[in-house]
Amino acid sequence: MKTLKELEAIRQKTLNELNLRKNREDGIRVVVGLATCGIAAGARPVMAAFVDEVNKRQLTNVTVSQTGCIGLCRLEPIVEVYLPGQEKVTYCKVTPDQVGRIVSEHIVNGNPVMEYTIGNFE
Amino acid sequence: MKEISLHILDLAQNSIRAGAGNVLIRIEEDSAADTFSVSLTDDGCGMGAEMAKSVQNPFVTTRTTRKVGLGIPLFKAGCENCAGTFTLESELGRGTRIAGTYQRSHIDRPPLGNIADTIAMLIAANPKLHLRYEHKLNGEEYALDTAEIQEILGEVPLDTPEVTAFIAEFIHSNESELESTEVQKS
Ligand SMILES: Nc1ncnc2c1ncn2[C@@H]1O[C@H](COP(=O)(O)OP(=O)(O)OP(=O)(O)O)[C@@H](O)[C@H]1O
Ligand code: FES
Ligand SMILES: [Mg+2]
Repeated sequence: MKTLKELEAIRQKTLNELNLRKNREDGIRVVVGLATCGIAAGARPVMAAFVDEVNKRQLTNVTVSQTGCIGLCRLEPIVEVYLPGQEKVTYCKVTPDQVGRIVSEHIVNGNPVMEYTIGNFE
Repeated sequence: MKEISLHILDLAQNSIRAGAGNVLIRIEEDSAADTFSVSLTDDGCGMGAEMAKSVQNPFVTTRTTRKVGLGIPLFKAGCENCAGTFTLESELGRGTRIAGTYQRSHIDRPPLGNIADTIAMLIAANPKLHLRYEHKLNGEEYALDTAEIQEILGEVPLDTPEVTAFIAEFIHSNESELESTEVQKS
């Protein structure tokens, strides 16, 4: 069974990287809508997929967080991506299998995946 | 909601929106009494008596983007449809406690589902929150407490991706362990 002991190793490892993470303040933000309708529509696995992908790729300048209602129930799950100095990009009806592309094309390479964005739904 | 853990994620959003610094999530299962109980206790802004009563029907919300609040009525209906009960106690300026019980063996009772992701996402998205999760099944019990984790982590923040992954795995393995204690006995 897992115990909290492993955290000590994570601490050691992460402390070395902590300086890298100092720039998180001006880093990239991924915000997932977690109101009732978002959760019912599947926002939790989408958020988990972002956390997982960011972790796998060791993207130390990316934070994944949540917001409440974005006000567009029928387009949930909704994810907003903020790149420094750029306008936010809103993705709608996001599924976990779309997350890999959003991370590699948009977050890593700076090109939003237009076909998943809100413009395509309205 | 298809999983009780999704209700928990949703109800915890209310606590966070209410400005809570401390949230306790507790699950208590008793196979002899045939009950599955869930409670959330927070120290958020709380509600007055009038409000606490009215939020239990689906027409009351303080949100501005939609006219009706759904989270509490959905949870309440889910419990009551499974021969269970629902209670909401709240005090302005002090906090709120929401508790629901299902008949554990009821055919319509949703599974707990992916509680590991619920707790891990809550912590990842709210690293400043003190969250404690407890799960008791008959005589066995375990807990995860962010204060304990933060103490080990020192200056490493709770929303570090490796920490989130650890928390999810920790809960996963402890839940399986807990479940296996029941199988062994039966
Ligand atoms: N823990 C809490 N502390 C303080 N106020 C709360 C709490 N939980 C609920 N409330 C109040 O009750 C209202 C109704 O909650 P409910 O979860 O049913 O709907 P909602 O959060 O408004 O919308 P949603 O459908 O997204 O959940 C909230 O808008 C809030 O004002
Ligand atoms: S209530 Fe549905 S998006 Fe906010
Ligand atoms: Mg709610």
